[in-house]
Amino acid sequence: MLGFIIQRFLQAIGVMAVMSLIVFCGVYAIGNPIDIVIPPEATQDLRDEVIRRLGLDRPLYEQYFIFLVNLLKGDLGRSFVYNIPVLELIGGRLPATLELVLISVVSASVIGVSLGIYAGYRPESWTAKTIMAASVLGFSVPSFWVGLILILTFAVNLGWLPAGGRGATIDIWGVAWSFPTLDGLSHIILPAINLALFKLAMMIRLARAGTREIMLTDTIKFARAAGLSEITILRQHLLKLISIPIITVFGLELGSTLAFAVVTETIFSWPGVGKLIIDSIAVLDRPVMVAYLILVAFLFVTINFVIDLIFALIDPRVRRGAAS
Amino acid sequence: MTETVLSVKNLTTHFFTRSGVVKAVDNVSFDLAKGEIMGLVGESGSGKTVTGFSLLGLVDEPGRIVSGSITLKDKALTSLSNAELRRWRGREISMIFQDPIATLNPVLTIGRQMRLAIAAHERTSARAAEDRATDLLSKVGIPSARARLDAYPHEFSGGMRQRVAIAIALLHRPSVIIADEPTTALDVSIQAQILQQMRVLAAETGTAMIWISHDLAVVSSLASKLAVMYAGRIVEQGPTATLLRNPRHPYTAGLMNSLPAMTKPGTPLKQIPGTTPSLLSLPPGCPFAPRCQRATAQCQHDPELTIHGDRGWRCFDPVGHMDEVSS
Ligand SMILES: Nc1ncnc2c1ncn2[C@@H]1O[C@H](COP(=O)(O)OP(=O)(O)OP(=O)(O)O)[C@@H](O)[C@H]1O
Ligand SMILES: [Mg+2]
Repeated sequence: MLGFIIQRFLQAIGVMAVMSLIVFCGVYAIGNPIDIVIPPEATQDLRDEVIRRLGLDRPLYEQYFIFLVNLLKGDLGRSFVYNIPVLELIGGRLPATLELVLISVVSASVIGVSLGIYAGYRPESWTAKTIMAASVLGFSVPSFWVGLILILTFAVNLGWLPAGGRGATIDIWGVAWSFPTLDGLSHIILPAINLALFKLAMMIRLARAGTREIMLTDTIKFARAAGLSEITILRQHLLKLISIPIITVFGLELGSTLAFAVVTETIFSWPGVGKLIIDSIAVLDRPVMVAYLILVAFLFVTINFVIDLIFALIDPRVRRGAAS
Repeated sequence: MTETVLSVKNLTTHFFTRSGVVKAVDNVSFDLAKGEIMGLVGESGSGKTVTGFSLLGLVDEPGRIVSGSITLKDKALTSLSNAELRRWRGREISMIFQDPIATLNPVLTIGRQMRLAIAAHERTSARAAEDRATDLLSKVGIPSARARLDAYPHEFSGGMRQRVAIAIALLHRPSVIIADEPTTALDVSIQAQILQQMRVLAAETGTAMIWISHDLAVVSSLASKLAVMYAGRIVEQGPTATLLRNPRHPYTAGLMNSLPAMTKPGTPLKQIPGTTPSLLSLPPGCPFAPRCQRATAQCQHDPELTIHGDRGWRCFDPVGHMDEVSS
């Protein structure tokens, strides 16, 4: 197991190194931040001065090297626009995204997997058919449209829930969170539903497909022949057997939603990182873009690492495959 | 006579598929005495497995038992609800499957799977359950059984996995075990070992067995009586020795002729001409008639079961002679 962890850890570092290079070169290739940071009427002297101060006069490999050294020191640079450390900037926005995304992805998964197992267990039932029909809707309706409809219905017409913003927040470890307050929670509900619908549909489909397949196997028949009750079979045999694809998708969804909740954050004016990165791209705030993409890469590498560990815990065959 | 533990009368199981009704088990009747081993022989698709699952009340959708009765230790299983039936499965009647790779759950330890099987019928301490599991594993020939409880199925060979499955089936000392070709997937030497062990275990615990196989040679060495199945029906049954000496149904005779041991070395095996009929929309009459050299016009009708002593067959014009039957 330890060898497995070390091996995966080294892999993760390798991926991060490659990602940092790609991100750095990729962002370098688009646009010239000087035109945006410096007013057009500035003198040539001022221009040169700023270019030198930002380190933009050095060759690319040198810039990358400096970036890498600073990265290892945990310094991702300062925003051209806000002139504060990028980490501070992103860190200030991250909790808002984090709580929104965690709430929506976790509830979508718990509800989706339960409904999916039911639909796979009793595929011919009325309920199952209704669930599946609804899941098609969840797939096919565009997210921004659902967001607008949600606001129109629950905020504008019914007036039950607020249309945007984070509501009241509470500081925990010096970070502002909405979910512990009732007002904050009421602000989370609509954007969380908006984010969750697609994932809910996907989890339903995934769990249903897995359940249908597994329920027909000899493993389940043998458990039934041994007299196990249906609920024991579902809990002890089925759940673990269908969990591997579900955990994979859960991890990837968690990562991509954290990184790219832009649409929902924009519709519900949710002050998260998605909105920050869109604004930064608009003004070519290069350090913010680079740092953000590096963090996203780091996020995915971490999630994949954790998923691999969970696999190894669940499935002994993975463990053995990794050891050899 | 010893007591009868299992009595099956006119068991009929159909699958109601989109393309029609599949008559997988048709009017099957037999009795099984305590500790007795019955061989259920027949070609692929003749309905052996479905018969086994019918006895457990585990027929897959879209199938169900259409008629007939199953009586296990004076309890009519066919009249029980699903929940009641579950209490009998694994405790009084259990089953072992053909493919040991597929039966065990790959992500649960052997010990966990055995504990679940014990807990399905009894409340015991963890300690007692572990002792019981260990005891059965060593009985079926798994070395250092206690340590192996923490192992996963993939850490066992195919033969060892089948032994684990057998141990699970034996956990509650059931009255009847249905063994559905449990050694077909294994190599011959292991097959012989397991057969021998099963025979000993069955004798020791007084468990009756239905040994399903398409291989007449394998079952006849094990079973004291045989039932030959063709197209969902039992076409002939009786004690192994007399049935093999003097088969009455042409299909049984054909099966025996096709055994390698019955053929002169160097000559090709004598196959029964033709193929098994589809159980979907069987024509009326004897299902074997199209392949039978003795078939006549009356074979358009269904032959009734002829019973003669402990023998029985379904044929208008049986091979062999009546007076040789019971000798
Ligand atoms: N779920 C099902 N749906 C429809 N038909 C089925 C189903 N299960 C079995 N059958 C049909 O029932 C018949 C008997 O099948 P069964 O599995 O009992 O044969 P078998 O004698 O065990 O053969 P084998 O030696 O290959 O295991 C076959 O014709 C099969 O097509
Ligand atoms: Mg079979």
